[in-house]
Formats: sequence, C-alpha cells, structure tokens
Amino acid sequence: MAFASTPDHPGPGMSSAKIVVAGGFGVGKTTLVGAVSEIPPVNTEAWMTQASKTVDPVAESDVKTTTTVAMDFGRITLGRDLRLYLFGTPGQPRFWPMWDDLCRGASSAVVLVDTRRLDVSFPAVNYFEHDSNVPFVVAVNLFGGVLTHPLEQVREALGLVESVPLLTVDARSRRSALQALVASLRNTLEKTSPLLAR
Amino acid sequence: MTANPWVRPYVLTRGRTRTNHHLYMHTLVSVDRFDQMVAGRLAPEARRLYERAAMSPESVAELSSHCGVSLGVTRVLLEDLASTGRIRINAETYDSPFDRRLLKRVIDGLREYA
Repeated sequence: MAFASTPDHPGPGMSSAKIVVAGGFGVGKTTLVGAVSEIPPVNTEAWMTQASKTVDPVAESDVKTTTTVAMDFGRITLGRDLRLYLFGTPGQPRFWPMWDDLCRGASSAVVLVDTRRLDVSFPAVNYFEHDSNVPFVVAVNLFGGVLTHPLEQVREALGLVESVPLLTVDARSRRSALQALVASLRNTLEKTSPLLAR
Repeated sequence: MTANPWVRPYVLTRGRTRTNHHLYMHTLVSVDRFDQMVAGRLAPEARRLYERAAMSPESVAELSSHCGVSLGVTRVLLEDLASTGRIRINAETYDSPFDRRLLKRVIDGLREYA
C-alpha cells in the first residue's frame, strides 16, 4: 500500500492522538494505563540525550548529557486510521524536560491524586496550571472504591480553581478509566472551542 | 536497553541533536515498501528502527523503546530515513491536538471501545 504523499499533502495515513496521565509516585498512573491499553503498558527506560546550552547554538562541541528516565505508555486503536496513545509521566520533578516532551502535542491530561497522599501530586497540578497549555482534569483515584474525602475538600486542599474539573476514577476499572479519559477530552473541547462543545 | 554502552549516543547521529520536523512521541512511523538491501546497508540502530517500523506502524516512543535506541537518537535517525524516503512519518492529519474533529473522533472512539 503506497500513498502518494508529500510533506505539504500528507497521504491518507494513520493519525494519532495523545493523552498524558500525570501525578505523583504510586497514585495509579500505570494501573490506569494498563486498564485501558490494548498492549501491556510499556514500562521503559528512555534515554534522553540533551545538549547543554552554549553561546553558539550550532556549535558541534556542546557538552552532551544522557539521562535515564522511566516512563510508561499504552495505546488504543480507534478505527483503521486513528490511534490514541496514553503516556504516564515520570514522577520526579527532576524530569521536567521529559514532561515538556511528553505533553507536546497532547490533547488532554488527567492528573491522578490519592487523597491519602495529596502532596505527591502537587507538582503535577502546578505543572499543568502554570507550565503547560494542555487542558487538564484532576481525578481522585478511589483506592478500594471509597471516596474518603468530599470532592470539595479535595479541591480546597489542592487549591484548584473551579474551572478545572475534579472527578473520581477507579484506575483499576477499564470502564471508569475510559470515562475519565473522555471527561478530559470533553474538557479540552470546552476550553478550546467553548461555543461548539455542546 | 540494548544500547551500546561504549558509544556515546550522539556519535550515532554524527553530533546532531536536533531534527527538522518535530517528531512527537506519539507520531506514527511506517514503511510503505520494505527493502532488504536497504536494511543491510544501514547502521545497526537505524536498521532496527527500519525493520521494526516495517512490521506495523508504530509511534516514535514505541520504536525507541522496542529497539533500545534513545529517544533523541531515534528522532534523528528516523528523520534521516524519512529524508531518503525509506520510512513515512505519518504527518498529523489534524492541525492541532485541540482540533474539534479530532477530539470528537477520539471521544466517539473511546465510547465505542468502552
């Protein structure tokens, strides 16, 4: 199958979309990705090679550093020509450059929180509030199926503005996880084309 | 990772760390017509990427992970392969990740998948 295609006129190939699943260590990112992915979540050590900044941007003698980052992802094929990728963020803040790379081109983000350890997801909430243009929702992962704190309390504790949707999810449940993904995409629709979202 | 620990990654890319197109981690790569002769002439890392993409379209992140080639190096090598027409970088059909038609298609697709 060969399509006539040039950079200006892409052929009718497959396209892909991406949702980022963020949050602190142990909040259920890998569980959520695994619950909906058609492939086993790929948990991989990605090597990031970064060029340090020098005065001359084209200098070939830049000092290079290699960082190893654990990231995981899954995928869902939606019809013949569309694939959705789910990327879990590496937990530690020292991997911010990786977060930028992961979020570039993402349609939405789901920040997972665990009410027993809200603080581990603070950096992720901060990131999407201040450092990213990807619309996001916050989802309280119901470990054991029980909501231990009312959502309004969670919203207050996170300092989350009203415009950011706050929902609950059972990351182990395929159905629940899919609903959270849909909610995040609907939020993007509402934030980016508000008149057309309905 | 199966990357060769004795070779600093950028040596494989002859010092290049930037690419002309931005390849997202989820950008799909495919091979329209696999050529064994071409594969035989490629360096090991590029060959692994080329052979893997020929099996079925995969994202940049998948290729990097499955072939044990770092993301940065994967991007540069894929760009080389694309510039000589060996692989197809499936250009995004939609202008933006926030394109309304794309979002609606993904939402509908997920509901069907549920």
